[in-house]
Amino acid sequence: MTAEAVAATHNDTTRRSSVMAALIVLVVLLVLASLGIGPVRLSPLTVIEALFGSGSDVQQVIVREIRLPRAILGFAIGAILGLSGAALQGLLRNPLASPSLFGAPQSAAFGAVVMIAFGLADVRSYALPVAAIAAAFASVFVLLMVAGRNAGLLILILAGLAISSLAGAATALVMNLSSNPFAALEITFWLLGSLEDRSFRHVMLALPFIVAGAIILYSQRHAFRTLSLGEETAQSLGVDVGRLRLMVIVGTALGVGGAVAVSGTIGFIGLVAPHLMRPLIGHDPARLLVPSALTGSALLLAADIAVRLIPSNGDIKVGVLTSIIGVPFFLYLIMRERRALGGGVA
Amino acid sequence: MTGPAFLTATGLNVTLAGRLVLKDVSLSLCQGHLVALVGPNGAGKTTLLRALAGLLPSDGAVHVGGDALSSLPLRDRARRFAYLPQGHVMHWPLPARDIVALGRHPHGATDPAQLSPKDNDAVLRAMQATDVMELRERRVTELSGGERSRVALARVLAVEAPVILADEPTASLDPRYQIDVMKNLRVAADQGVLVIVVTHDLGLAARFADTILVLSDGRLVSQGEPAAALSEQVMAEVFRISAYRAEYQREAVIVPWAKI
Repeated sequence: MTAEAVAATHNDTTRRSSVMAALIVLVVLLVLASLGIGPVRLSPLTVIEALFGSGSDVQQVIVREIRLPRAILGFAIGAILGLSGAALQGLLRNPLASPSLFGAPQSAAFGAVVMIAFGLADVRSYALPVAAIAAAFASVFVLLMVAGRNAGLLILILAGLAISSLAGAATALVMNLSSNPFAALEITFWLLGSLEDRSFRHVMLALPFIVAGAIILYSQRHAFRTLSLGEETAQSLGVDVGRLRLMVIVGTALGVGGAVAVSGTIGFIGLVAPHLMRPLIGHDPARLLVPSALTGSALLLAADIAVRLIPSNGDIKVGVLTSIIGVPFFLYLIMRERRALGGGVA
Repeated sequence: MTGPAFLTATGLNVTLAGRLVLKDVSLSLCQGHLVALVGPNGAGKTTLLRALAGLLPSDGAVHVGGDALSSLPLRDRARRFAYLPQGHVMHWPLPARDIVALGRHPHGATDPAQLSPKDNDAVLRAMQATDVMELRERRVTELSGGERSRVALARVLAVEAPVILADEPTASLDPRYQIDVMKNLRVAADQGVLVIVVTHDLGLAARFADTILVLSDGRLVSQGEPAAALSEQVMAEVFRISAYRAEYQREAVIVPWAKI
């Protein structure tokens, strides 16, 4: 009997690996598509040639200077949104948790808007992500303070609603007070969320923070699993729950703040990605992190390709598209979680 | 009491939300004993259990295995105390084997899919003792209350800690499961573990425990062997009831009783 293993069965491991492999292939294909699609259409082969330095100069400029930063940002921002969604859901043991429902991107946007509107920073300086990160940190911190330990769904959602409303109102106030009407218009568009016309300068602006946030969140993965048994039991198993909370706040703020600083607010990817993975990967919050990040990447890359393909007379912002798709999904989740919500007044 | 004390508390005071919940509690308990912690609602039983495990701040000193609790890092505490909270909270529909494997987390087994042979054996022993082997692939959220309580108990046994702290492990279970759970804890005690069980069931406490501690309004008012600790006077003053005492199949039986 002792020779018997209690660990995961072979089937589970195989299925998880094949899901991961499929996700990686999907993301690579989407990156190639993202490099090929635009006003000038390029075949995947041309894209690869241009990437590695052959092909015409024009093709090289289009792929390497214009589309590559956009694809990198789509990949990285989608990943950090998916990862922070999965991390928050793990921390709060709650499938409806996500950065955007808790007002983190909205708050980060407020931080960035203050810098832009009052001319405190050039849109391409590091002051922008730093302000966005500080505001995102404050918002997640306040949310967890208000919600308290073992908060139910209802409290979290209400607190998140309050924080995103406050951030929205504060942003509106800043635009209201801004003396330059063009600045206000520009901010409005920027807030909608987009990856258009981003350069490597933007990539350098966001990527260090996104990577740092991702490393911090991923390093906490095993603690999320112990939290399945509640905070007190996790503590009794040797997990410093106070420190874990702080790490998740810092990781989310760094990642989301860095992302928002270059892309504006892109919502609902953090909510949707873990849900798409649960039927395939299972509910283990530790195992969900990486697949959710890859799913987030795939979602944002796909959305960013879609806004280029959808025929329209103006350009559709990718943040608008993710919300248009994400909100009905959120409604569907609420419907599915109705029972838990009804009893969630903890 | 036989043997040296393994777990001692001296002058333990705990204040929660401005209220003194534990008042100057001192105790000294040995390994191999099953200790039942009883008392009316709000007497401070859960608080005492948490203070002993270091899960909430307290004034006074707790020593476990000769070391001051406050000097032990979180990981070391986790190896000495296996803590079973009330209610068997399980948030995600994880397979039962993964939940039980969490008991090896204090020993560095952070990933239930990659257990060392030693951790694997501990998990197996715990699952066999609690008879949950056939549940191991089932999702814990789909188990019945009785099944879930056995999985929770297996998780605690898998820690293989020298002290088990169980908070109302028999609450809301049918009589058969209540006896099963107490039997499991009794076996652990007989193997040398110090088991402290919070319970409202004085009958079970009297039958299975070596020692009973009676808490009332944050104070330890009575302790000793079951019959002595639950004397007529304690029953009347602490629980405001009486008790019917008898013997059945050579075991002492105590049934809380009040005229209605």
